[in-house]
Amino acid sequence: MKKGKRLGRPSNAWRIPVAAVILLVFLAPFYILLSVAFRSPQDLNSYWRFPTQLHLENFTDAIENGKILLSMANSLILTVGAVLLITVVGALAAYPLARCRTRLNQGIKGFVMGVMMVPPLSILVSLYSVLVKMHGVNQYWGIILILVTFELPLSIFLYSNFISSIPGALDEAASIDGCGPVRTFFRIILPQLKPVTASVVILTGVHCWNDYQFSLYVLQSPKLRTIPLAIASYFSQTTSNINAAAAAALLAILPIVIVFLFLQKYFIQGMVDSAIK
Amino acid sequence: MNLFYLPAVLLFLVFVIYPFIQGGFLSLTNWNGYSQSYKMVGLKNYVRLFTDGNVGTAFLNTLIYGFGSTLLQNVLGLALALFLNGKFRGRSVLRTVIYLPVMIAPLIMGYVMYFFFSYNRGAINDIVLALGGQMVDWMASGPRAVAIMTVVNALQFVGVSMVIYLAGLQNIPQMYYEAAAMDGIGKAAQLRYITLPLLMPAIQSAVVVNLIGGLKLFDIIMALTSGGPGYASHSLSTLVHRTYFGSENAGYASAIGLVSFLLIMVIGTLVTRYFTKKEVEM
Repeated sequence: MKKGKRLGRPSNAWRIPVAAVILLVFLAPFYILLSVAFRSPQDLNSYWRFPTQLHLENFTDAIENGKILLSMANSLILTVGAVLLITVVGALAAYPLARCRTRLNQGIKGFVMGVMMVPPLSILVSLYSVLVKMHGVNQYWGIILILVTFELPLSIFLYSNFISSIPGALDEAASIDGCGPVRTFFRIILPQLKPVTASVVILTGVHCWNDYQFSLYVLQSPKLRTIPLAIASYFSQTTSNINAAAAAALLAILPIVIVFLFLQKYFIQGMVDSAIK
Repeated sequence: MNLFYLPAVLLFLVFVIYPFIQGGFLSLTNWNGYSQSYKMVGLKNYVRLFTDGNVGTAFLNTLIYGFGSTLLQNVLGLALALFLNGKFRGRSVLRTVIYLPVMIAPLIMGYVMYFFFSYNRGAINDIVLALGGQMVDWMASGPRAVAIMTVVNALQFVGVSMVIYLAGLQNIPQMYYEAAAMDGIGKAAQLRYITLPLLMPAIQSAVVVNLIGGLKLFDIIMALTSGGPGYASHSLSTLVHRTYFGSENAGYASAIGLVSFLLIMVIGTLVTRYFTKKEVEM
């Protein structure tokens, strides 16, 4: 009954073909990826025709030779490490920037926003030589510190916007009661930061998990390869077995796709928060 | 309390400001990236840069990647948002599907696109053949490769502008449209005189976010063309990478890097300014 009524509304009929085209365009990459990944190398049909027999050897090949599971562990370690620091350092830095609007602090905030705009590769040569001097190449902490530096602007931006919306009277009340700034931050401000922290974790987490440009330089040892590095090296060495490469790519995107499907609401909210002041 | 930002400032000093200054110094040398010795060459790298056709191409490509995908993402993103803002079944599924590619590493998306654009067995050429056309070597022409990668980048991240616009649309009070409809104002005029002006803050955010992403384009180029054929599809980012690690010309790479740093900073600031002013006017 209800359904019939909705279908009967004339203004909605045109939406069906449009929706179908949208679905087709946005699902095609995933369909083709599945179709190549499950295909036997001997199957020379068009990728558009889904293989009739699922060739699972591609996946064992990807796991054994492509070291996809090891790369997932590496990606996880550096993402967790980086996100932890991004949230803590970012929230700490945002507090004074949001509360004391001195000229110095405004300048720092402007600088932080500037860092967000710049392609980090433009200072690549000297960034890399700094890291070499610090012996941070092929170290988790090396890549983590660099990721933290370049994700901090987003974190500071989100936290300082959020803290600005918390009434300053709360801080004053706390200081009248004898709380120093440190205790005010940890007792009064920190407990309120949960929703914005979810956004920070999700947005910067995806960036770290998917990072290629920094890891490419910092993590040169095969043992330390993250997912994008493992996929890049597997694709360049297996031109003969493109199907196994597709299987590796499919495995590589699986974790983040699953997390996204479950936590979609937070991902989209985080994106909106980061864009609209 | 100001001490709270000490860790952040320290990180910026070590990994942004110091490398920037050192980059300025290195750009005046002929350092090859690893040896102990190098010579000061003055402004030679900069002179070379302004006469180097490859740098010119990469600069132009960077602008195309940046502004081209920004334009596509915003027009398409707004259209998709307007479409999904209506009430119909399956809209949340559509929103999920459009946003899903945003999660995928751009590098991996680039490799997936290889299955579409490769000459032999590529999914696009299969369609071309089925329609009776001739197979095309899509990435063999530089400008075409640039156009394709601009579109791919735009479609992968169009979900970002879409959700920004959806949030913006939901903030516009319904009564404006009701009043306009009562006065007999058509849908197109409503879009022009109600929706767009009130969406201005969302448009500003979406443009800035997209532009920042597009001007930095790196991963997808590495996956699909590595800057080729020749130097035809390089962005400034991939060109710096290639000059440093491929040609071992660290001094010159620093010079290219610094010039692109300044250019992008200026472009980014100008665009942000322009939109902030626009917002006030409308």
